[in-house]
Amino acid sequence: MKSLPSTPSETSLDTELQLFLKRRHRNAKIWQIIFYASTLIAIVFLATLLITIANRSFGYVAIENRVDPDSLSTRPLEELNDAELAGIIREKLRPNRVKTIERAGALEQQGYNRLYEIVIEEIVQPEVIRSFTLLESVFRRSWVQQTIAAEYPGAEMEFRSWLNTRFLQVPMASQPELAGVRTAVLGSLFLILITISIAFPLGVGAAIYLEEYAVHESRINRFIQTNIDNLAGVPSIIYGILGLAVFVRAFSTFTSGAFFGVEGATTGRTMLSAGLTMALLILPILIINAQEAIRAVPNSLRQAAFGLGATKWQTVWYHVLPYAMPGILTGTILAVSRAIGETAPLIVVGASTFLVADPSGPFSNFTALPIQIYNWTTRPQDAFRNIAAAAILVLLISLLSLNAIAILLRNRFSKRI
Amino acid sequence: MMEETITKKGRTVPFNRTVDLRRQFRPLESLIQAILFFCGAVSIFTTFGIIYELGKEAWLFFGNPDISLVEFFTTTSWIPAIGEFGVLPLVSSTLITSAIAMLVALPLGLGSAIYLSEYASARVRSILKPILEILAGIPTVVYGYFALTFTTPVLRAIFGDDTVSIYNMAAAGLTMGIMILPLVSSMSEDALSAVPRALREASYGLGATRFETAVQIVVPAALSGIIAAFIVGVSRAVGETMIVAIAAGAGPNFTFNPFEAAETMTGYIARISGGDLGYDTPDYNSIFAIGLLLFAITLTLNIISRQVSRRFREVYE
Repeated sequence: MKSLPSTPSETSLDTELQLFLKRRHRNAKIWQIIFYASTLIAIVFLATLLITIANRSFGYVAIENRVDPDSLSTRPLEELNDAELAGIIREKLRPNRVKTIERAGALEQQGYNRLYEIVIEEIVQPEVIRSFTLLESVFRRSWVQQTIAAEYPGAEMEFRSWLNTRFLQVPMASQPELAGVRTAVLGSLFLILITISIAFPLGVGAAIYLEEYAVHESRINRFIQTNIDNLAGVPSIIYGILGLAVFVRAFSTFTSGAFFGVEGATTGRTMLSAGLTMALLILPILIINAQEAIRAVPNSLRQAAFGLGATKWQTVWYHVLPYAMPGILTGTILAVSRAIGETAPLIVVGASTFLVADPSGPFSNFTALPIQIYNWTTRPQDAFRNIAAAAILVLLISLLSLNAIAILLRNRFSKRI
Repeated sequence: MMEETITKKGRTVPFNRTVDLRRQFRPLESLIQAILFFCGAVSIFTTFGIIYELGKEAWLFFGNPDISLVEFFTTTSWIPAIGEFGVLPLVSSTLITSAIAMLVALPLGLGSAIYLSEYASARVRSILKPILEILAGIPTVVYGYFALTFTTPVLRAIFGDDTVSIYNMAAAGLTMGIMILPLVSSMSEDALSAVPRALREASYGLGATRFETAVQIVVPAALSGIIAAFIVGVSRAVGETMIVAIAAGAGPNFTFNPFEAAETMTGYIARISGGDLGYDTPDYNSIFAIGLLLFAITLTLNIISRQVSRRFREVYE
C-alpha cells in the first residue's frame, strides 16, 4: 500500500473540517448549557418561592404593648396564680366585659391558660409594629436590633414563628397577631368531604361506563369522551359562575337547607353549594384518571371471569374494580389536591371572608384555607402578609403529604403488576 | 319428556327442562348500566349547564338597551356605573399577561423538555421530574402571593418605583409563566419522548451531534405535540384567575404598558362576584357575558390544540 501524498489543498480542507467540527461541538456545548439552565431556572424558581414563604413565616418582630405587663403586677405575669390573674382582669377590664366572660363560669374557675390569654389579649394587647424577614433575622441580626432600638424605643424584640399551634387553633380575627386558621382549615376539610362523596362515585361510575360498557364507536359515547376532555380544560372560574347560577341561585331552596327545614336558611351561598361546584370541577380529572387505571387492568382477568359465567357487573365489581382501585385512589387524591388549592370558584360561589364560627353542617356559611390566604394577601398591612405566609405553609404541607400518599399508593400498585 | 333426575344437595329433583343458552334478561344488570350511563352523562349536563347559564344571563345582559354587542366589542372603557361596557380593556390586559406568561413558559418549558428527554440520564430525570410536578401542584393563590411579595418588588428594584406600579401586569404575567412552565415542559417532553429511537440513531449515524439531533430531528418530529402544549398553555394563562386578581390590580385600564395596573377578564369576575352581588343587576349579568367570552376563547384554544396534535401527528411504525 502506498499512502497518498498530502497535497496543500487537502490539508487546508482538513483544517477547515477541523474548524467546522470544532464550531459544531462548541455550538452543541452552548445549547446543552442553555437547555440545562432552563431546567435549572424552573428549580431555582421553586426554591425562591419556598424561601419567600418561609422568609415571611418566621423572623424577628418588634412588639409594642398597649399596657406594660410589668405595671400590672410586681412579679412577672407567668408566675401569678389564678386568683391574682382574675384580680387583674376585674381591675382593668370594663365590668360589662367581665360579665360577658363570666357567662362561661366564674373567672377563677376558667383555668390558668384561659385567664392568661385574656390578660394578654385584652389588657396587655401586644401589637406587632414591625416584622422582619427570616433572612434579615439570621444574617443581619445586629441591624435588626439597631433599627428596633432607634425607631421603636418602647418596643420589645422577639423571634416569632407565625406558624404555631395557637395559629392552628384560633379562628379569624381582625388583628393579625390574634388571627388563626382554625375555621378555614375545618372549612376546607368539610368542603373536601362533600366534594369527594359526590365526585368519587360519579367519577368512578362514569369511568366504568366509558371503559367497560360503552361501545367505543358509538356517537354518544365518543361525544361524552370528547366532552370530558374539553371540560378538563375549562377555567375553574367558569365552574364558579356555573355554581353561582345553578346551585346558589336556581337550587337555593335545597342548598340553603330551607327544603330540609333548617333554621335561618336564607341564602344558597353555603358549604353544600361550594362542595357541589368543586365536585363538578374535579369530575373530569377524576374520570380521566380512573379511566386510565381501569384501562390498565389486563383483559385476561375479564375473560376469565366471563368464562366462569360471571355477568358484566359481577366481573367489574369483583375483578376489575379491586384491581384498579389503587390507581383510582391515586387519581382521586391528585384530583382532590387540586380542589384543596382552588380559590377562584369559591370566591364566585360566595365564600365568607370573615368567619369565626366552626362550620356546623352543609348549610352553614363557608370559608376555606385558600380564601383566607387570598384575603390576607390583599390586605395592605405587613403583618397580614406574615400570617398569609404561615397559612400558605399549612396549605403546602397538607398538599405535599397528600401527594406523598398518592406516590406511596402508586408504588405499591406498580409492584403488584 | 325427560325422566332423568339429578342430585342437588342430597335431594332428587326432577330435571325436566333443557338449559337455555340464550342471553337472559337481568333487570338488575340493566339498571346498573343505566346508573353508570347517568354518571357519564353528568359531564354532558355540566357542559350544557355552563352553556345555558352563561348564554341566558349574557342574553339578559345584551338585552339591556344601554348595551349593544358592537359597543361591547369595540369601545375601550368599562365603567358599569355610568353605563359604559367596552370589554376591550379587560381583553387587552388578559392578552398582555398571557403573552408575557408564554414568553417565559415557552422557551423555558421547551428547553427543559429537550434537556429532560434528550440529555438527562434516567437517574437525573427521576429527580427533576417530581420537582417540576411539585411546581405544577402549587395552588395558584400561592403564586399570587409570590407575585406580590417577590416578583413585583424585584421588578420595582430593577426598573424603579416610578415606572413600575405596585400592581402591574408584568409581575402577574411573569409569575404566571412560572406556573405554566411545568405544564408546557411535561406536555412537550411527552411529545419528544414519543419520537422513535431509530430516528435519533440514524441521525447519530450520519455524524450529527446530540444538539443537532435534538433540534433538527426530534423537535420537528414532535412539533405537533409541542404546538399543542403551547396552545394549552395559552388557554391556561387566559383562564388563570388568582395571580392576576392579586397582582395585576383592580379596575379595568386600557393600556399596553405592562408595568401599569390593569384588570383582566378573570380578575374582573373574581372582584365583582367577591363583593355583595344582587341578582339581575348589570354587574351580575356582566360576569356571565365576560364568562361566556372567556369560555369561548379557552374552549376554542383547547379544541385547536387537540386538532393540531391529532391531525399533524407524524405516525411512526
